[in-house]
Amino acid sequence: MPNSTLDKAKKGNPFIVVKLPQGNIKSQLIRLGIVEGDTLKCIQRLPGGTIVVQKNRQEIAVGFDLAKKIHVIIQ
Amino acid sequence: MKTDNLVSLDNDNIATSYTTLIKQKELQKVVLVGNPNVGKSCFFNFMSGMYVDVSNFPGTTVSITKSHFQGNDVYDTPGIYGVGSFNDEEKVARDIILSADVILNVVNALNLDRDLFLTLQLIDMGKKVSVLLNFSDELKKRKIKIDTKKLSNLLGVEVYQTAAVDKLGFDKIGEAIRSARIGKQELDLHFLLNQVIEKSVPQSDSLLILEGDEAIAQKNNVLCGTADERERIYINRRNRVNEIVDLVEYEDSKKGEIFNQLGRLCLNPVTGIPILLFMLVLMYFFIGDLISQRVVNFTENKIGKDLFEYNIKSFTGNYTPVNVEVKILDNNGSVINDKTFNFPSGISANPILQKEFSELSKQNGAQSNFNFQNPFVKLFFGEFGVVTMTVTYLLFLLLPLVIGFYFVMALLEDSGYLPRLATMLDRSFNKIGLNGKAVIPIMLGFGCITMANITTRMLGSEREKSIVTAILQFVIPCSAQLAVIAALLSGAGFAPMMLYISVISTVLIVLSTALNKMLPGESSPLLIDLPMIRFPRMSNVFKKTFFRSFGFMKEASFWFFIGALAVGIMEISGMLSVWQDVLAPFTTTWLKLPKEAANAFVMGMVRRDFGAAGLFHMDLSVMQKTVSIITITLFVPCIASFVVMLKERGWKEGMMIWFGTWIAAFLVGGIVAQIVI
Repeated sequence: MPNSTLDKAKKGNPFIVVKLPQGNIKSQLIRLGIVEGDTLKCIQRLPGGTIVVQKNRQEIAVGFDLAKKIHVIIQ
Repeated sequence: MKTDNLVSLDNDNIATSYTTLIKQKELQKVVLVGNPNVGKSCFFNFMSGMYVDVSNFPGTTVSITKSHFQGNDVYDTPGIYGVGSFNDEEKVARDIILSADVILNVVNALNLDRDLFLTLQLIDMGKKVSVLLNFSDELKKRKIKIDTKKLSNLLGVEVYQTAAVDKLGFDKIGEAIRSARIGKQELDLHFLLNQVIEKSVPQSDSLLILEGDEAIAQKNNVLCGTADERERIYINRRNRVNEIVDLVEYEDSKKGEIFNQLGRLCLNPVTGIPILLFMLVLMYFFIGDLISQRVVNFTENKIGKDLFEYNIKSFTGNYTPVNVEVKILDNNGSVINDKTFNFPSGISANPILQKEFSELSKQNGAQSNFNFQNPFVKLFFGEFGVVTMTVTYLLFLLLPLVIGFYFVMALLEDSGYLPRLATMLDRSFNKIGLNGKAVIPIMLGFGCITMANITTRMLGSEREKSIVTAILQFVIPCSAQLAVIAALLSGAGFAPMMLYISVISTVLIVLSTALNKMLPGESSPLLIDLPMIRFPRMSNVFKKTFFRSFGFMKEASFWFFIGALAVGIMEISGMLSVWQDVLAPFTTTWLKLPKEAANAFVMGMVRRDFGAAGLFHMDLSVMQKTVSIITITLFVPCIASFVVMLKERGWKEGMMIWFGTWIAAFLVGGIVAQIVI
């Protein structure tokens, strides 16, 4: 499923980050360890669309509106 | 001067050792820095021992704790993912880091790739750093190996393995401070720093300026870097982190699979909502029942009113004209004896009457009401006296509540539950222009609105702060008020309770939806790291509770005194009774309540529970009670919240919210009254 956005990810899907939104939020994502080109995994998708992703041993919650702006390739 | 110069000309070595001698005399500033939830406070608690100095950083309540350790000043900082100015906590941490001599960087060994970003940034700043690799004990359990020697070589600074739980490696903290040194900086970046920024600017400042920190650029009077530049540096640094982690970390178990089932259960609404309800029930029993009923009843009435106020008032009464009404109440609260004593020239001037008064007023169930004739004595020692009421209120009502709330918050925080709660509720909060993090100030609001007003600082944008501040002042009843509301509603039956809850919820939804539509800009999206669920360490919880309660009292007390003074002046100047007369006709026709209910609204401006409590003594029908508590809930916040709100949100917004609550309270209360009464 090429060129999707993170909000489309389902529980258990690994995905590659293709493009992050611009601005301060990008810097914050990079600090947390989410960079373009990374492979992460969606470990939970809450009703309404809040996404919980996992990077190595770290779990990060991403709000629905932010998830819509993160371009990914879901594998 | 002259001799100094001579020495330095003659012998450089002497000069340097001379300056180092001076340097050693000044205390070194050691700063603990780390990501949130890395166990930083465990180190600080160990280093601080008994002596700790808490202060609110100028302009924020992010509290800074300072202490001494082996001849150094030690500072704790809020947990951050990087040095910058994305929020208040970061700004506070940034300023302390910039002025630090030595940085102890606490790193979570389990999240090396996240935490090293900050480490590399600190090294790029050119600061002297030592790394404390915490949670080393967990590494073995999870079959992860970290080559600390290699890590130390790559970073160019010392790395010490520690485990805060067993205080493992704590004996090396002194050594870590002494061995702190400037690490290996990326050459291109270091070159760039020297190229772009003038020599007079310290390297640590230069880096932040290059990364687009406007405040630091202004401070040094140079041009600020762009967001693009920051991004380039960040991506570069992130790649360096990944390279380092690849080189030093070996994992035997399956990559990325950790067992954090409880954490996941808290997130999923199917299990998360029952967990939340369970937590709320526990909180209710602890705060709602134990603290705000039993403890506060004892501290406010027995210590505050019967002991503190009684003694200070009868002492003052020795020197000034006063008449005292003593009521003896039986167990059901009805008056069985009522006597007024007149002391036109002070209590001690009439020993016979004094003896009778003191015997009667010390009986069980006695309530003494001191009425001072001198307006200035009244202002300070009367019913709403600046000295008497404020001290009782602050120390014997508010303090137990604040301690209780901060204790629960510290437990929730240290267990890793709060970020999961924020995540679970995120979508519901999105509908009203907020993200899940807003649950924290709103939850605190049920304890004390003043406390919650200050906590709105943790929110990501001005817009969100405005929305939450408005919600707090309009619809959230604080614990003092909740207790009275619950008592009034308890005898009334099911229908009034449902009416109350549905009216208040409707106002909440209408208000927040309207604000979300009206306020310009965009709210910040949820982006939150979910730490491990773990059992909180009680010593940390207690210290945190203590620091925060202390910080809050320090910040809020002054404003409580100012508020009490303002109301006192209104009372003795007669303005308070003018208000009552102005409101009275409105109360009877529109709200369909007895005239005296206006008093409750006036008192509600001082303390929210005063307002509600005034309704107890009135003969009201069930629906009248419901209307009045709806009105009282929506009505203005207490005087302390009001002042703190003005300070936080500015005059314009603060006054708009304050007058808004007047309109909402009377409009909604009146509409309900016209329908149901």
